[in-house]
Amino acid sequence: MDPYALKTLNAERRARRAAILVTDLGDGRDRIVREGDQVAGDLGAAIAKAFRTGSSGSVEAEGRTFFLNAHLPQPRLLVIGAVHISQALAPMAKIAGYPVEIIDPRTAFATPDRFPDVALHAEWPEDVLKRQPLDSYSALAAVTHDPKIDDFALKAALDANCFYVGALGSRKTHAKRVERLLALGATADQIARIHAPIGLDIGAASPAEIAVAVLAQAIHAFRSRGLDASASAPKSKSILEKHDA
Amino acid sequence: MENSIYLDEARDPLIIAEGWMNDGKDVAIATVVETWGSAPRPVGSHLVIDADGNFHGSVSGGCVEGAVVTEAIDVIDSGKARMLEFGVADETAWQVGLSCGGRIKVYVERLG
Repeated sequence: MDPYALKTLNAERRARRAAILVTDLGDGRDRIVREGDQVAGDLGAAIAKAFRTGSSGSVEAEGRTFFLNAHLPQPRLLVIGAVHISQALAPMAKIAGYPVEIIDPRTAFATPDRFPDVALHAEWPEDVLKRQPLDSYSALAAVTHDPKIDDFALKAALDANCFYVGALGSRKTHAKRVERLLALGATADQIARIHAPIGLDIGAASPAEIAVAVLAQAIHAFRSRGLDASASAPKSKSILEKHDA
Repeated sequence: MENSIYLDEARDPLIIAEGWMNDGKDVAIATVVETWGSAPRPVGSHLVIDADGNFHGSVSGGCVEGAVVTEAIDVIDSGKARMLEFGVADETAWQVGLSCGGRIKVYVERLG
């Protein structure tokens, strides 16, 4: 392995950015490909797939055998709001392989008693995100219903290009939110990335079912990174309007 | 460190390999490049080895690491990469009902 390739790879991994080490198993030469780098042909297609799935493996291309070792950052889910939905979402997401952190400045909500075994911050999102910035391997679900708590985090998630951004609330609530986010400087294209009303349309009714809908939507967003969003996106509908008087 | 979103630098084989390199040590990197059956470690897993036979990481459940370390020291001397193939017929395979065991292919190369 080329020492420079190792240094580059480790630097990318430390910075929570995806990288693939491509090794020609015939002559041992290797190089690092970063997410978004253009690679042509069959090798390029295999690399794009490896970035999406995170799976490593060999590929035949250009008459040679290459080994692709995909290094994807651990995806994670940040939940704004220590509410009933979050209590169900946290253990489910952890089981699915998405570690969860919950942020809610309302100390009556954010209690270890209600959230055992979860990284919990009884602070404002502004303060937590300053210490632990979001990135493109983070998902953010804003479920407090309170603009004072949700809005900053949503804007930060859009700016950090989080792979998933979801916000609880009806279409009417979301329309008002869009106006506020525009005022905060978000672009229309950015705002279009927000999944609102939140969650896949599975007819979820209880908080736990809504948690399933949110988790499934976040997983879909993760596994379709870099694909045409319109191609296979399961429908999102206003499953939560009744929660939003 | 289950589910940590940050690298576990003290145990991460590639971070350790870089540290050894910075200390001026000769290093080999072994990588699982293919698996069949009940292989215990996934494709892409690393074992890193220095010229004294110190190692970190794993390419199996401990069954073939000894052999990989021996080969790695040769690879460090010669500079020539090798492809190794192992059958893994361990007890774990039996316990989970896979009496065939698994097989793995391990690519061993020198760093630099």
